[in-house]
Parts: sequence; C-alpha cells; structure tokens
Amino acid sequence: MPKDTGIGASTKRREDVRFLTGRGVYTDDLSLFGQAHAVMVRSTVAHGRIVSIDTSAVESMPGVLAVFTGEDFKDVGGNPAGWLINSRDGTPMREPKRPVLAHGKVRHVGDAYAAVIAESYAQAKDAAQVLSDATVIEELPAIVDMKAAAADASNRVHDEIPDNICFDWGWIEDNRAAVDAAMKAAPHVITLELTNNRLVPNAMEPRASIGEYFPGTGDYKLTTTSQNPHLTRLLICAFVMGIPENKLQVVAPDVGGGFGSKIYHYGEEALVLAAAKRLGRPVRWTAERTESFLSDAHGRDHVTKIELGCTAQGDILAIRTETYANVGAYLSNFSTATPTFLHGTLMAGPYKVPHVYVNVKTVFTNTAPVDAYRGAGRPEATYSIERVVDKMCRELGLDPFEVRRRNLLTPDQFPYTTPVGLVYDTGNYQATLDKAVELADVAGFEARRAESAARGKLRGMGLSTWIEACGIAPSHLVGVLGARVGLYDAATVRVNATGTISVMTGAHSHGQGHETVFPQIVAEKLGIDASSVEIVHGDTAKIPFGMGSYGSRSLAVAGSAMDRAIDKIIAKGKKIAAHMLEAAEGDITFADGKFSVAGTDKAKTFGEIAFSAYVPHNYPLETLEPGLEETAFYDPANFTYPAGAYICEVEVDEGTGKVDVVAFTCADDFGNVMNPMIVEGQVHGGVGQGIGQAVLESTTYDDTGQLLTGSYMDYAMPRADDVPFYTVDHSCSTPCTHNPLGVKGCGEAGAIGSPPAVVNAVIDALQRGGHTHVKHIDMPVSPNRVWQAMNA
Amino acid sequence: MHNFEFVKPATIADAVAALAAEGAQPLSGGQTLLPTMKQRLAAPEVLVSLTGIAEMQGVCMGEGGLHIGAATPHAVVAAEAAAHYPALAALAGGIGDPAVRNRGTIGGSVANNDPAACYPAAVLASGATVVTNTRRIAAEDYFQGMFTTALEEGEFITQVIFPIPQRGAYVKFNQPASRFALTAVFVAQFADGVRVAATGASNNGVFRWEEAEEALSAEFSAGAIAGLTVSSDDMISDLHGSAAYRANLVKVLTGRAVTAAR
Ligand SMILES: Cc1cc2nc3c(=O)[nH]c(=O)nc-3n(C[C@H](O)[C@H](O)[C@H](O)COP(=O)(O)OP(=O)(O)OC[C@H]3O[C@@H](n4cnc5c(N)ncnc54)[C@H](O)[C@@H]3O)c2cc1C
Repeated sequence: MPKDTGIGASTKRREDVRFLTGRGVYTDDLSLFGQAHAVMVRSTVAHGRIVSIDTSAVESMPGVLAVFTGEDFKDVGGNPAGWLINSRDGTPMREPKRPVLAHGKVRHVGDAYAAVIAESYAQAKDAAQVLSDATVIEELPAIVDMKAAAADASNRVHDEIPDNICFDWGWIEDNRAAVDAAMKAAPHVITLELTNNRLVPNAMEPRASIGEYFPGTGDYKLTTTSQNPHLTRLLICAFVMGIPENKLQVVAPDVGGGFGSKIYHYGEEALVLAAAKRLGRPVRWTAERTESFLSDAHGRDHVTKIELGCTAQGDILAIRTETYANVGAYLSNFSTATPTFLHGTLMAGPYKVPHVYVNVKTVFTNTAPVDAYRGAGRPEATYSIERVVDKMCRELGLDPFEVRRRNLLTPDQFPYTTPVGLVYDTGNYQATLDKAVELADVAGFEARRAESAARGKLRGMGLSTWIEACGIAPSHLVGVLGARVGLYDAATVRVNATGTISVMTGAHSHGQGHETVFPQIVAEKLGIDASSVEIVHGDTAKIPFGMGSYGSRSLAVAGSAMDRAIDKIIAKGKKIAAHMLEAAEGDITFADGKFSVAGTDKAKTFGEIAFSAYVPHNYPLETLEPGLEETAFYDPANFTYPAGAYICEVEVDEGTGKVDVVAFTCADDFGNVMNPMIVEGQVHGGVGQGIGQAVLESTTYDDTGQLLTGSYMDYAMPRADDVPFYTVDHSCSTPCTHNPLGVKGCGEAGAIGSPPAVVNAVIDALQRGGHTHVKHIDMPVSPNRVWQAMNA
Repeated sequence: MHNFEFVKPATIADAVAALAAEGAQPLSGGQTLLPTMKQRLAAPEVLVSLTGIAEMQGVCMGEGGLHIGAATPHAVVAAEAAAHYPALAALAGGIGDPAVRNRGTIGGSVANNDPAACYPAAVLASGATVVTNTRRIAAEDYFQGMFTTALEEGEFITQVIFPIPQRGAYVKFNQPASRFALTAVFVAQFADGVRVAATGASNNGVFRWEEAEEALSAEFSAGAIAGLTVSSDDMISDLHGSAAYRANLVKVLTGRAVTAAR
C-alpha cells in the first residue's frame, strides 16, 4: 500500500505552488532602494594581451558611476581550485591565478576584463559597449584543441605554464605495471577512442548577484544564484577578498536550476561586493543568456582512449584509459576533482575487474572553464566503460546482457574493494538488470524491430549497467586525496514553543524538492504533521555551516545530519517527559508523536513537551537547559553507490540519419526512497539531460576560439518531443549500509547511466540495418553525423 | 535595444508616408526584427508597424489563387488556408512554436528571406506573386540569394498570391537547435508540370530543382527521381550539416514530399 504521508509517500511538491504560480523570489526579482547596475565587459577574442583600456571614454557618459578593471583587483586573491591534485611524478598541479577581472591577458571569449556600473541597466550597457571599443587587445593565436595545446609549448594560455598541462595524473600509479602486464597477457584487447562532448549547463535562471555594503557596521551582503552559500562565502572571504567571514552574509534565495554550474564562486560576485562598497549603494548584475553560454562553467569535455583486455567469453581482465580533460582557461573550484577523483575512481564500473589504471592529463585551453556538471566525472567514466563493453560484445560476437550478467559483482561480494580505491558497500546489480530486462520487454524487441522496419526505420536496443558514487566524503579520506574543504553537512532542528518545527539545513534546493521531502522525514520521525515543518536554507545568517547541494548529496549527507539532530531532540524530549511523568528516563519510549512511560498509559504529546521546554514551569532546570533545538554535523563514513540498468531503444531514419529515442527503461537502486514521485522526477530530468548529451547538445568552438553554439539557434537543448515516456523503477533497493536513512542519492543517476545506452542503441540499429562498418559515433549522434557514418 | 519611435498606420498610403522618414523600417510580427534589435545588431529609428492595416490581413480566394495579406500571422494561415491549400497551411503550422506562429507573419518571412525559412519554398514552388505597395513580382524574380530580395528601399510587401496546385506537400527536416529548416522541400504539381523548391540547403537561398521537376512532370512518383543526384557544390556546410548531407536531404525530402502530396 503506498503511504500518503511521511517517508515513502509521493507527497506533492509544496514549493511548486509558488514556482508554478510565478511567486518564487529569485535574485533578479529583488529590487533594492538606490541600486546601481553592473554590466561586464567581456573579451570578444579567445586569447590576447590587454594593451590598454581607456576608462576615460566612459567615465563621463550619462549615468556612469564607476568603472572597474583588472587593475582594481590585482592585489586581492584569486578564485581558488578546491582540490589539489598531484601529477604522477609527485609534483603538484599548476594553479594559475584566476582573477576577479582579467588582468594582463584575456583567455577566452567571454572573459570579463572590466565592469561598468551605472544608474540604469541601459546606461551601463551603452557604456560597456563604448569601453569595449576603447580597449586595445593584441590578439594571440587561440589554443582550442586539447591535444594540440599539450603538444605546443610555444603558445601558452598562462605564460608560466609551458605545456598548458595542469597535471598528468595516474590512478592508481601502483597499478600500472600489473595492468600493462594483464593487458599484454589478455587474449583480446578492445580499443575505443571517444570524446565526451562539452556541454553548456543552461540553467533556466541565468546567474545573478546583488552586492550590498552597510557602512555603519562594515557588513557585506551578497544575494546570489548559488547552490552552496557557505562555500561561496568561504571562497570570497578566505581566498579572494579577505573579508572576515562574520562580516559577509551570503543569501541564495530561490534558484532556478544549477546542474553544477552554480556550485562555483564567480568573479561577478566579488565585483558587485567591491562596487557596493565603493559606491555605498547596492549593485546588481544579471547575466544575459549569451553571457551564460560564454561564462558559466561548462561540463564534460574529455577525449579518451580506453582499452579493455578480456577473454574470448568476454570476462573482463583489465581496463586502461588515457584521457585528456579540458579545464578551459582557468581552474574553476572543482575542475581538478571532476576528471580525477570523480572519474578515475569509477573506472571499474559495477564489474569484477581485477586490474584498472587511469591516466588523466588536464589541459588549459582558450575556452570557458569546465567543471562539474550533473554527474561530474561519473558520466564520463560510465560512458567510456559501457561503450567499450558494448564494443567487446560486438567484436567477439557475445550477448551484451549475458556478458554483463557474468561480469557484474554479485551480492555476496559486498563490501567490495575496487582496484581504483573505492569500497562499494552494497548492491544487487543482477536484480536491477533483470528488472530492466523485464520492464523493457527485451523479449519482444524483435517484433518491435520488424514493426519499425515496416515503417522504414532501423531499430536498435542499447544497454548500460552503471554505478556511481554520491554523497562525496568522508572528509578525512578526501583530505588525503587533496580536497581543501570538508565534505560533511549540518542541520539545526528548532522546535518552536508551539510544537512547529524549523529545520535549518546546509543543503540547498534549486529545484530538487527539499522543502517537501525533508519535512516528510521529520514528520515521520516525530509523529507530527509535515505541514508544521518548515525548511530553511540558502542563507548563511540563518543556517549552520553546510556545504550545499551537488553530487547527489543533499539527503545522504545533509539529510543524515537532520536525522541525527532529530535523534537529539527525541533524546532531550525523553528527559523532559521523564520529569513531567515522574518516571525514569530509561522507561520513556517515543512513538507516534507521544512520549510514554513503558507499560503504562501515562504519556505526553510532542507538543506538550515542546511547550514545557520553552515555558519551563515544571521542568528539571537544575540538570537540563530549557529550549528544544539541536544541531548535528554529519560526516559520512563512505560514498553511497547508486547503481542500475538502463535500456534504450532508438529508431534511425536511414535517409536523414535522425535518431529518435523511442523507449527508455530505468531500473535503479537508490537505497531507501523517501518520495517516489520526486525520485522519478529526478530520473526523468537526468535521463532527459543524458539524451540531450547523447543526441543533441554540442558545444563547438571554432579554431579562433569563437563559440559557434552560443545561443539556442545552434545549441540544441532537449525538448519534450525529443524524449519518450520513460519507464522508471526503483524497487530493487539495497539500502545504504552506513547512513541512518539508508539512502543513496538519485539526482545525477539519469544523466550518468543514459548516454551510453543511447549510443549503444544507435550502433545496434546501424549494425542490424547492415551498416556493419559503423563501430562508433561520437556524441551527439546528430542526424548529420549518423548519416555521414552510414555513408562513410 | 536602443530607443526608437513607433507608429502604427491604418492604411497602406500612411505606411508609405511613414516609411519615408529617415531611419524608418517596417515591423510586422517582430519575430526576427525584435531579437536583432535586442542584441543591438539593428537600431532602426522609427518602427512602422504593418499589422494595423486591414487590407494586409487575412486569407481568401481571389483572382490567381489564394490571397494572403502580408501581415497575416502564420497561425491564421495554418487555420484558414487549410481548406484551400493544405500543403501551405501545414507549412505555416510547422513554423516555430505557438508564440512565433501567432506573431510572425508571411510578409515578414518572405521579406527577410532567411535561407532556412519555410515560406520561400512555398512561394517559389507555387509560382506565387509577391505584391508590394508599388508592383507585382513573380517568385522567380523576387528571391535573389540569402537575405536578398527584389524589394527596393521603402518598398514593402502587401500580399502574396498563391496559385493552387492539384496536389502538393512540404517536407521539412528540422535543424535540431533552432528548428528552422535544416533543409526542406516543397513539391507542387500543376496541370502544366511539377515545381520543386528547396530551402535551407543552398548558399544561394531557396532554389528550384529543375531536373526533378522534369522527371516528376513525366511521372509523379518518388521512384521517378531515384536515379537523380543533387550536386553539393553550392550547398551550405555548417555545424548542423555538411554540403553533401544537405544535397542528400534535398533528394530524400523531395521523394517524401512526392509521396505525401495531397
Ligand atoms: C523561435 C523562432 C522559431 C522560428 N522558426 C521558424 C521556422 O521554423 N521557419 C520559418 O520559416 N521561420 C521561423 N521563424 C521566423 C518567423 O517565421 C518570423 O515570423 C519571420 O522570420 C519574420 O516574420 P515577422 O512577421 O516576425 O517579421 P519581422 O521580424 O517584423 O520583420 C522581419 C524583417 O522583414 C521586414 N519586413 C517585415 N514585414 C515586411 C513587409 N511586409 N514588407 C517588407 N519588409 C518587411 C522587417 O523590416 C524586418 O527587416 C522563427 C522565429 C523564431 C523567433
């Protein structure tokens, strides 16, 4: 029986009432008295030396209040990388400074080197154009192609980095010799070269920031589109501007999607704060869509050679990869962790593969910075593995279902230590595979194929069995691996005197549905109605120090902190109840919202206990503080490991090369599911993004570093008619063994598991259709590419 | 966007007068012009809206075929041409999205002559007449290459007159991002022969595929063009399709249009 409240109920999203009726309050919706408008002046060339910026050209223009250039920030810090990676030879990565505004050189189209502040947006915009015309930039040859960049020491994105390489990372370097030997001894070696296409995140709400400065107290306030306000505050205070943390409040109000791109601190945030201080007025900035394309952190962008050693029966013996990862012109905050610890550590997939070695060379180019984007490293790993496994099956004439079944780890093997440094705690990969096979009606495929053929279409089916790592942690482990922050989270549960509850959480909701799900958990645990629970998030002045939302961590990490805090509330409640009921604390039980003396009918409701905590007339004041508010910090013991099996069916139009995804089935193991409807929605969204990556989205720079896909005229986002009705299941659940809720995280799974299923299906369709020479097509499998491949 | 003045005349004569002003430009549905102005790529000083002129609105049968007022939105053409010229109505119904179809107009589209636009293929394949405030221009003479037409300074389209074929069809292959025509083909069969026009494909804008017209005039079936090839020499090559791919699409879509023709 589906529940209608509490954990496991498909409670409708309460936040949707305001989102869908236009009552959300986003950063750009705020209008402050006396506000001024900032417009960034961005480079129109990919690479160049700034010769001069004639600010006098705009200073007397109507409405202009201030002009900032890189000079104004040359003495403050750079925006840092959050993760230190060492190269194979032990040398630390190269970390060029990422200034608030470009200074000396511009390094990508869209690199901001100045900002104009004016009374109105139109005036700032006019002046920005004039300032752009009054700037002399000596253009340098653009460095766009990763491999060429790494091979050419004469042309440098950063003058101090001769080969444009940030680091050359081996994981695990000690595995290398054994992997090489296993590869040599393997009866078959399957090799595949592929790209993981660069993506523009395209959150519906563009980035926006408002800076305020209060001269009376010396306090700053930043309202910004952030997935993690505390992290942004930490970066601004400790690294960039040197403001004491207690003097900066960061607020992320309603945020319209992030997908990773709003994890990071961006220069515009520091700029509006500095400008607010100089002018003594609020200063606001909102990105135009073109600016989002040019300056939001992009995702993916790997070029990989993967080799897989195997037996003739398809038993995997070894995997070896060499990847070039584009970080763009500067290191964004997580850009060094994404291609390494979020990618290399997943390269064993869900398989018992004894030998794995991963090499990643991270390269600077004159393109927008690249960082974590929904899935972050795991989609790249999954795509490489699942494509090469598929190629193995084709080359050796093996059944892709049977081969996977044989290589998948079995339930009795957990906990399982992979050769690339992770310990998978639990799972049942056979179960999700069987479930997907059943739901996708694999048995009926041949009939569907014949029906497609009758309509002149080539039909194919593709499979992907994937695993990922979420809830990134534990802090002591990631610290050893180079993380410069901790990865715990925090929650404060404040029971109000009347028994309602405010939960201050370090997680940040920018579409996920926390405001609905978190109260479901609180309500279930305390036996109260969810409507009396409110979630407070996104304001450093209100919430405890948390790390925000990304990496599918909200429930697994911040939810666990909340769970712990609730336990503390219950524990304190028992003490209060013991006093009021004149019983021993050990005799008090808590269930269904009531504290009772075991074996009697003596009880106090949760509300009575709360009231007593705040109106402590009959209260053990000598031994217990009044009030009912608890905070917990939670540092996870391990990653969580969602896993699943995805089956995609496509139809290919031979005449035009167009791929239609006609069926998509997901069998996921997310551990315990708090709200099935929201989980399904997350999977739908993730798979939609994965289909977007696989079929439609292409971020293309030309040789001069101009972004050719800089608007929706050329950058193809998935639309409703590009995706099928999904079949989604999460019944094969193996609860996470190490967090209190048994949850694993579902936010990124769809985007991780789906791209290889789509491409495998396309290759399958072409192979079955007689185009047997087509072994691989890079994403996106656009009509043009598929047609070219068929007709090559 | 820069500041501009806005006038909305009620007659063609008043529009002619308004357009005589320095820096004046016609505005119809604004679906092309307004985004261009927002990006500051165009800065007309006076916008002369053509949407308030009654004689430039609507769809009706008249001499020479179907008369469509230049300021008629695509959605109205989709609804009202259906009974007379289904292929044309279907074309209009496949442009952009509902918002675009309710604002964008046939006159704006034909005047703009975007190489990936839909209407030019219908105008050319139907042998339509473009009527302006000063003259009547045959389709052959009207289109002069990408974004280039026979329109002169101050001249504007008031109406387009479509002869109605015995049967016809428009088959559009969407550019995946913009959903304009990556390539699209309009086939129209008249008593005296078949006309085939392709848009989205050529560097020279919309064009007629004469070899196919000849073959289809002899035998109106997809098989009739099976042996023909389209040269990729003058085809557009960009991110979304190579020249060879577009040449292939012209042929494939022509065959499909013949099969679909009603
Ligand atoms: C999201 C989107 C999707 C679209 N998809 C498609 C598509 O799939 N297929 C397609 O064909 N088009 C598409 N369009 C374009 C659309 O059809 C426009 O309506 C058309 O290009 C211009 O028509 P308009 O009435 O909006 O003209 P406007 O934008 O008002 O004007 C365009 C130009 O024509 C001039 N002009 C306007 N009317 C006249 C006239 N009567 N005489 C002389 N000059 C005139 C203007 O001065 C301007 O230079 C799309 C547009 C958008 C925004």
